[in-house]
Order: sequence, then structure tokens, then C-alpha cells
Amino acid sequence: MKNFKIIEENIFRGLMLISSAIIAFALLLIIYSIFSKGLSSLTWEMISQTPKGGFYFGKEGGILNAIIGSLYLSIGATFLAFIIGLPVALYINVHLYKNKKIVNIIRFLLDLLWGVPSIVYGAFGFTIMIYFGIKTSLMAGIIVVTLLIIPIMIRGIDEVLKTVPIGLMEASFSLGSTKSETAYKVFLKQCIPGVITAVLLSLGRGIGDAASVLFTTGYTDNIPTSLSQPAATLPLSIFFQLSSPIPEVQNRAYASAIVLTIIILIISILSRIFARKYQKNKINF
Amino acid sequence: MNNQPKIIIKNLDLNIGKLHILKNINLDIPRNKITVILGPSGCGKTTLLKSLNRLTDLYEDIDVNGNIYINNDDILSAKREITDLRKNMGLLSQRPYPLPMNIYDNIAYGLRISGRKKKKYLNKRVEHYLKQANLWEEVKDRLREPASSLSIGQQQRLCLARGLAVDPEIILADEPTSALDPLSSQVIEEKFMELKQHYTIIMVTHILRQAKRMADYVVFMYLGEIIEQAPVKEFFENPKMEKTKLYIGGSFN
Repeated sequence: MKNFKIIEENIFRGLMLISSAIIAFALLLIIYSIFSKGLSSLTWEMISQTPKGGFYFGKEGGILNAIIGSLYLSIGATFLAFIIGLPVALYINVHLYKNKKIVNIIRFLLDLLWGVPSIVYGAFGFTIMIYFGIKTSLMAGIIVVTLLIIPIMIRGIDEVLKTVPIGLMEASFSLGSTKSETAYKVFLKQCIPGVITAVLLSLGRGIGDAASVLFTTGYTDNIPTSLSQPAATLPLSIFFQLSSPIPEVQNRAYASAIVLTIIILIISILSRIFARKYQKNKINF
Repeated sequence: MNNQPKIIIKNLDLNIGKLHILKNINLDIPRNKITVILGPSGCGKTTLLKSLNRLTDLYEDIDVNGNIYINNDDILSAKREITDLRKNMGLLSQRPYPLPMNIYDNIAYGLRISGRKKKKYLNKRVEHYLKQANLWEEVKDRLREPASSLSIGQQQRLCLARGLAVDPEIILADEPTSALDPLSSQVIEEKFMELKQHYTIIMVTHILRQAKRMADYVVFMYLGEIIEQAPVKEFFENPKMEKTKLYIGGSFN
């Protein structure tokens, strides 16, 4: 009997080890393949210039238009999603605390929205744009990406707020706080590290998505100077370069992928740093 | 001195879903005394305590009937503004729940949300209430450190100071010493004995000796009903009900 337990333990430990190894291997393989193909094309020119004539045939120029476009788009959309999503997450956790049934329905709907493929958001945005006669623009892209990441933002913040014990809510109420004071002055403070994580998760999703911006933001070789102009984005830039038959251009696609990966890496590191900075006031229950 | 009871509970019934938690509670809570609600786990003592400052509003499917009068004001009426009501009652729970901010702000929070924001005034009040809770000496050099850096016993005293800072008339305490070490428990107990001159204190406990030590008036509850209520001496020396005798004798828990 005792022997059987040991064997069982070893089998499960082995399975867990194998799955961890598969994930680590896949990640390393992705990083290896984009670096091995792209690193030689990654020059300063590439990240400091917009495409010049003939860029897509392997001539000079860079992807600055897409880097700036992606940053504008994802930061704009994350900002909008945050100012809309934060009150929703606080509202369902503090004001609707008692109405568990309604909250569960809201969570279910948000999870559904989270699962909707981004191309559907893109098509939806495109339909609306045609209806109102709006051209592809940074603004249209920001709105559609905002819609895409709002469920992630809300549910991300919501999951952290859920961990706040009811005792803290009771403590806040018994000092005479209203529900909104409890939400913004107590719950939010307790959850700042988790909120930062949710924000950066949304930002990462927003910056990496290609399908939702395909019809809505368009593509341009220029850096946009207003919200009504179209904008280039990194995922689309990778897509266009990779579709080229010219090997040099394909390699530039991998170099663009390195740029995108590094931006996401920087976002993750920043989130860790900020989260740690605000960790100190959190009460551990 | 005013001899009117501070809180009068009349025919209080409380249901959560199909569970009948409190059954026809009738109770007068004396002013400036310590009233101890005693009883085994799950008898409804915490729910009774929480219905006094309407924290029971947070429960789903709750149905409350009856009246609770505090200073002749029916607090169960649906239109009653509850933030003022809650501010009037400091709450100490089973384990401390300091706010996620530094020590100073924990005390200043309640003052700030009621509109008192002048720095000089806050400094004075914070010091005053930390002294009241016997915490000042331990924290005066680190007021800007997070409350989470304090020990559990210190955190509970911080919660007491924070509750007193909003100037309540009543203190509600739900087994306030159950998570604390003996020394911190003693500080809280001694503090309560001092505070009762100015506050009406209602404390829930299941520790008989603590009830004996601290109570002026004892209420014994079992399965949602008040079995017996009496001044402490009478309650322990001459209990009338069979269940009370059994409980005091340690026969059921």
C-alpha cells in the first residue's frame, strides 16, 4: 500500500515535470527562431526610421511607424479600458456585493466577451464604421481595441478584488465610509499590485493583436499626427513583411517580432517593479 | 446619570434564506456598561451584534423583522441613513482588519472622510487615540510605516484606536481577543474596563472566564434564542434556566 502511494506520487510528479518542460521548450523555441532569423536584420535604422520608398522590396527604411502606431493604439485603448473597467470591477465587488446572482451573470457575460475572437471585434468595428461613414483611423482602432480588452481589464481587476475579505469591508463601513469610499479608498488600495497586473495584461493583449486593427486602423508608412489618421501597427507590419517573397524582407519581419517581444518584456518587467512598489501597504490576511 | 437603556431590541427576528437565525430577541442594553453576549458557536451572537450597526445588510436573502432602538431612534427603518449609524459604533472583529495604508492614515481615515482634514488637528487626534489604545509608545517613531508591519496584537489595538477616532458612543466587539496572544488580550480587556465609563460596550465571547471578568450584564444565547439575561453576579451565581446551568458547568459547547 505504501509502495503504491510512492509510485503514484512519482507518476504525477513526472507528468507535471513533462508539461513544464514542454511549455519551457516551446517558449525557448519561439524565442530562438525569431532571434536566429531576425537578429541580423535588427539595425538601428530599422527602429529609428519610417519605411522609405522600396522598403518592402528590401531597400532602406524601418518600422518606426509601426512601433509608434502600436504604442499609441495600445496605450490609448488601455487607458480607455481602465477608466471604464475599474469602476465596473469595483462596482460589482463593493456595491453589488450582496447581489451574488447578478454579479455571476455579469461575470459570465464578461467571460463570454473575453472568448470572442478578435477578428469578430474587428468586423464589428468595421460594420459600425461603414454605417457612420468613418474611415480607417487611429481613433477607430483605439475604440475597437478598447472593446476587445475591456473584459480582460474588468475580470483581471475583479479577480483581485474578489480576494478582499469581507472583514475589511465591514471595517471600512463601520468607520462611516460609504460604499464608494470603501471601493476607491480601501479596496483599490489593497489591490493596487493586482490592478497593475491587470492593466499590463490588457496592454499586452492590445499591443499584440492584429485581427482587430486590420480593418479599423488600416496601415500607413507615416507616423500618425492625429486620431483621425490611419496608423501602422507591429503585428500587421510583421504580417505584411512576412508575406513578401523576398528573404531580406522576411527577415525584417522577424526583426519586427523581436521588437514586439522586447516591448512586451519591458511591459512585464515594469509591471513587476510597480506592483512591488505598491505591495507594502497591502494587508496579508 | 441617564438610566435609560442605550439600546432596546424588540421582537427581533432574522432569517437568511430559510434559516431562522435570530428568534424573537427582546433585549435592553444598559448605558455605559459592558454587556457580554455569551453562547456556543453558531448560536447567532455575531449576527445579533452585526444587526446593531446593520452590517447584516451585506447578507444575501436576508429578512429582518422587529425593532432596534438606539437613543429612541429605530435603526431598522429602511430609510435610515446608515453611514452615520455605523460611525456611531466602533467595531472590533475576531481578527484585526487594518486598512491597507500606513499607521497614521489608519487613524486619520475616519476623520478625513467625515471632512476633518486639517493637518494639525489630525496630528493631535492621531496621537490622542493611539495613546488611548496604549499603542503610541510602540509606534510613535514609525507612524508612516504600513499597518501590516505591526503584530496582530498591535493591529487590534490600532483597530480600537481607529474606531474610537470617529467618536462613537457604542463599541461592538466580536470575540476581540480570540486571535491575540495573552498579553495583547489583557491590554484589550483592561482598555474595555476603562472605556466603559464613556462608552456602551457590547462584546461577544464564548469564553466563560472572560465574561465573568468583564461583564456587567450577561446575555446567554442558544440556537438563536436568548435563554437567559441577567447582571453578571446573578447570572453566574444563581442561573435560573437549566441550559444556562449546563453551559456554565461546561457540559456543552
